[in-house]
Amino acid sequence: MTSRRATRTTSSASPARAARTTVAAAALGALALAATSCSLVGGDDDTGQGGSGESDTVVLLTHNDFFLPDEVVAAFEEESGYQLDVRPTDGVGNLVNLVSEQAGKPSGDVVFGVDNTFASRVLGADALTSYAGDLPPGVATYALPGDDEGDLVPVDNGNVCVNVDDVWFAKQEIEPPVTLDDLTDPAYEGLFVVPSAASSSPGLAFLLSTIAEYGDEWPSYWEDLLANDTEIVAGWSEAYQSEFTQGGGDGDRPIVVSYDSSPAFTVDGEGGTTTSALLDTCYQQVEYAAALDGADNPDGAQALLDFMVGPDVQAALPESMYVFPVADDTELPSDWATFAARPSESYEVDPAEIEANREDWLIEWTDIISR
Amino acid sequence: MLSLEDVSISYDGTPAVLGASLEVPDGSVVAVLGPSGCGKSTLLRAVAGLERPVSGRIGWDGADLAGVPTHKRGFALMFQDGQLFTHLTVARNVGYALRLRRVPDVAQRVERLLALVGLEGYGARLPGTLSGGERQRVALARSLAAEPRLLLLDEPLSALDAGLRERLAGDLHDILREAGTTTLVVTHDQEEAFALADRLVVMRDGRIVQQGDIADVWARPVDAQTALFLGYARVLEGAAAARVLAVVGLDGGAVALRRSALTVDSEGPAGGGPRSDLGGTVRTVRATPDAIRVVVAVPGIGEVDALASPAARTAVGEQVSLGVDASRLAVLGRS
Amino acid sequence: MKRAAGLVALATLPLGVLTVFFVLPVVGMLGRGLWPDGSFDPAALYDVLSRPRVGRVIWFTVWTSTVATVVAVVLGLPAAYALHRLDFPLRGVVRSALLVPFVLPTVVVGVAFRQLLREGGPLGFLGIDGTPWAILAGLVFFNVAVVIRSVGAAWESLDRRPGEAAAALGATPRQVFTSITLPSLRPAIVSSASVVFLFCATAFGVVLTIGGVRYASVETEIYLLTTVLYDLPGAAALSIVQLLAVVALLAVSARVRRVPDPTVQRATPRPLRPRRSDAPQLIATGVLLALLAAPIAALVAESLRVEDRWSLGHYRNLATTGGDGVLVVPVTTALRNSLQTALDATWIALLLGLLVSVVLTRRSRSATERRVRSVLDGFFMLPLGVSAVTLGFGFLVTLGREPLDLRTWPLLVPVAQALVALPLVVRTLVPVLAGIDDRQRQAAASLGAGALRTAMTVDVPIVLRPVVAAAGFAFAVSLGEFGATSFLSRADHPTVPVVIFRLIGRPGEGNYGMALAASVVLAATTALVILAVERLRVPAMGSW
Repeated sequence: MTSRRATRTTSSASPARAARTTVAAAALGALALAATSCSLVGGDDDTGQGGSGESDTVVLLTHNDFFLPDEVVAAFEEESGYQLDVRPTDGVGNLVNLVSEQAGKPSGDVVFGVDNTFASRVLGADALTSYAGDLPPGVATYALPGDDEGDLVPVDNGNVCVNVDDVWFAKQEIEPPVTLDDLTDPAYEGLFVVPSAASSSPGLAFLLSTIAEYGDEWPSYWEDLLANDTEIVAGWSEAYQSEFTQGGGDGDRPIVVSYDSSPAFTVDGEGGTTTSALLDTCYQQVEYAAALDGADNPDGAQALLDFMVGPDVQAALPESMYVFPVADDTELPSDWATFAARPSESYEVDPAEIEANREDWLIEWTDIISR
Repeated sequence: MLSLEDVSISYDGTPAVLGASLEVPDGSVVAVLGPSGCGKSTLLRAVAGLERPVSGRIGWDGADLAGVPTHKRGFALMFQDGQLFTHLTVARNVGYALRLRRVPDVAQRVERLLALVGLEGYGARLPGTLSGGERQRVALARSLAAEPRLLLLDEPLSALDAGLRERLAGDLHDILREAGTTTLVVTHDQEEAFALADRLVVMRDGRIVQQGDIADVWARPVDAQTALFLGYARVLEGAAAARVLAVVGLDGGAVALRRSALTVDSEGPAGGGPRSDLGGTVRTVRATPDAIRVVVAVPGIGEVDALASPAARTAVGEQVSLGVDASRLAVLGRS
Repeated sequence: MKRAAGLVALATLPLGVLTVFFVLPVVGMLGRGLWPDGSFDPAALYDVLSRPRVGRVIWFTVWTSTVATVVAVVLGLPAAYALHRLDFPLRGVVRSALLVPFVLPTVVVGVAFRQLLREGGPLGFLGIDGTPWAILAGLVFFNVAVVIRSVGAAWESLDRRPGEAAAALGATPRQVFTSITLPSLRPAIVSSASVVFLFCATAFGVVLTIGGVRYASVETEIYLLTTVLYDLPGAAALSIVQLLAVVALLAVSARVRRVPDPTVQRATPRPLRPRRSDAPQLIATGVLLALLAAPIAALVAESLRVEDRWSLGHYRNLATTGGDGVLVVPVTTALRNSLQTALDATWIALLLGLLVSVVLTRRSRSATERRVRSVLDGFFMLPLGVSAVTLGFGFLVTLGREPLDLRTWPLLVPVAQALVALPLVVRTLVPVLAGIDDRQRQAAASLGAGALRTAMTVDVPIVLRPVVAAAGFAFAVSLGEFGATSFLSRADHPTVPVVIFRLIGRPGEGNYGMALAASVVLAATTALVILAVERLRVPAMGSW
């Protein structure tokens, strides 16, 4: 019947189609092979073994910005005789929550990545045990105020500072801002972009610097910032990469909240850098590592902590995690030494006060910015 | 009046219908009869506006229908399997065209149409719960509800079993006459065609090979293949044909025989009817409710079918002589 | 009895997986929120829900998701028709390319959107930058493919003849569409709309990145409460709101979806050459494609710029670990990881999805059986409607240590991704399986075919195309999945989205360019793989 012909599938494939099908099948097969080595279980490596029950493994709970070069990890494993099992979690907040939730019965031996804005929560949860080793020179200056037991071992630090595009300001023949106060000056209207304090760690740090500077008056400072057409975006990437004039995305705002190390990444190839950090606007962030109370491998935990403040890790920090080492006389990469100027003084807010007020501050801040 | 002039239709570059010309006068029922794949359904779909002819002209009352979309032709098409809308009840299926035209009193009209096809009280049921025959009746009622200028039926009964088909064919005949609906039906089943149509169009391999009044076509098939397709049992040619025709005083190059064209003369060669020198050996005997059907091997002609009287007790191997009934054969043209 | 046992056996595997990877983590999280100190505290729950901010957040989520869903359906239908019923050059390429938004990281798309929408940008005249309309545009961008693909899969095999019958009865093309085609597509449309709604309601990156931070949805609020404020009771309260909303939505959609007789005549008609009457659909499809392509084109163009010159430099860098060794592994290795993971996630999602779909579509013999089935139906949709933050953190606290230490299990990430894709797979397969006339199965059985043989004869040929469509979904979902992956993936085994996130999170033009190049490569890979899969012509019906 002809009516059936109308609804038939293309079963009688033409030679051309058959050839194409074969090519497609071959390509797909090759791709699948290349991609998977025909593995249907997701991995061809053998690091999958070793739960926290095995004492020759140290389990490190951290955030997903953690990274150490292979040779540094290998050095640790050789020196200590332990295997390192890194288990990253999405963001500092979740890491801190995880460790607090599991106080006393942790799923790892060491936590790394707790910073000074969240540290009080972990301390308050009684999730940590103290570090028994000796801190190298200079490290103790970064100790967390209120950490009387010495649980938290400082590993790295960095400053969240307002950054400016020097090229842009030179071209416009405007003096760039210097202080937080300057940012509300109409001369800088529509030039500043900030990551949200509610969804980004540098955003929260910047909010804390305004709180440190203005005390209870900080809400009115923020109102002024908004009145000066300050833009608030979701995170650092959106602010720096998308909106900042020296970011990747052709942004149109020459003032941004970023880090004191950022100028080391905007080197112009002619012996200078196109951006600079405003050193009077910085908030210091310190990242800590700590041994977890009730861990399966307490000895391994101590060995890993020793290593984290040791010369191998300290020297690797700038290039692997974009932060400054805490141990004195650690050599910095040359771009860092040249272009990443460090503030002599930065804003600080007492960790206990942060923990007590974070919710109120953030709710008030959110109210201000969504008005 | 529907008229097709030299219509050709291609399917994927393959010609399906070649140079078809036919007419369906107002109020008449025309059947296009042909074996599966002869292009008759394509022809029907072209009339409905679902296929576009490559060449030729399809017209209604002289107006060319090219460019008139299906829904504006006013031709209702009833598919082989009904194509009821499964998500609608029987009543909503039947009332479909009425609601499209915003006709008043849909419910009453639907009830009347359902009564016409013998399905009173089926309105609330879903098509999925109906038997094949019931579905076809609903499909017919749905098509009639559209009050089409022309009703197109695609193998309306072929999905049904024999008994049902016969009964429904009769009903359909009466319904179409009663409604006076101009109808074009395509079918591969000659009984269906005879039961429904006034005029017959025979199609083969995409071409119309014969058309005319149903009795004329029936009595004078244009060639051997047509004859066989129309239900003639055998076609004899040449000398064999001449011998059979001679018995009834006719002549011609070929003759088509129905099963009942030859009869076993139970009382010998001297029995009633024209004298016959035909005779042979009985090869098979098969009883049917009305008659005994036998196959007789006639020297010089070959095996032929014949009827025997139930009283004759004809047996295999017996020598019989055969009489010829002139009304049950057709002399074929020398094509 | 035997029948019931068989169905239970089929349902066991998906139910088990869902219990371990969804119920346990979510219940664990809700438990921590509702029983903060070991005792149930309903006052805290009420307290949270009566905050005015929470009301605003819920309202914002509901209205944006509803509008985005309606827009996605309205824009998606003409495209589903054009891409599945018409035959024109590059049709397959366009169909595959439609899945690209699925795999693009929101942060990258966010950057592209800003470039298009900001003042002076190509679409700046719309003036929607930073408004809820930009969020809607983003939601539609990411989700319209769901409508096109799942409705298209149902449309593709819709028999043309009922429509022709209606036309022959005098129905105009529009009337044919509303009275015949639309009712047949209704299950698929409602299914995909409910999936889109859930995707929109739990969207996180789109709201944050594209909308700016002025707007908060339930999902971003849960993130804030859980991650930053450690307010687990508040997060639990909102998660419960989400759960209840999902259940309500599923109940409504099951009602709307229900048709008197789900059997649909399937024929897989050959696609037709477009006719003049198809012009509106084709134009609508073209406009939609242009809108979808604009952000992607912006991305591609940007990825080819190195220091204001055209260059493939960023692509060459993909074989490296980035400027100053940002990455643990080169992007090429991450791409291998991604494909590996996606392959695993796809077969897991298809296996579970087929089992679930079969269980859901077998004809029920009793009211109880039917009820059990509809509860199961909703159960497997739940993962779509529950916050990724709740689920992700729940994973960590319940599955990270004895007795269920799965953190090092190689299939953990694929299984988590498969659960995200599972509802899409089920929603694509169920309408088609439900449309198969049960009598065909009975006919096969009566001819001596066993259960497997019956499925091969009746179900498989009809369901093959939708399975291919669903496989494409699962694959794309897995390639682009970031939420669960960022919680669970191992540091030395990152997928491409994780790598992109890391790259774009670092200053320096090189890293930004590499992030874009990696996104383009991910998108292109997805489109190519999907295209190859779809080129593998599904065997004709009845060839089994």
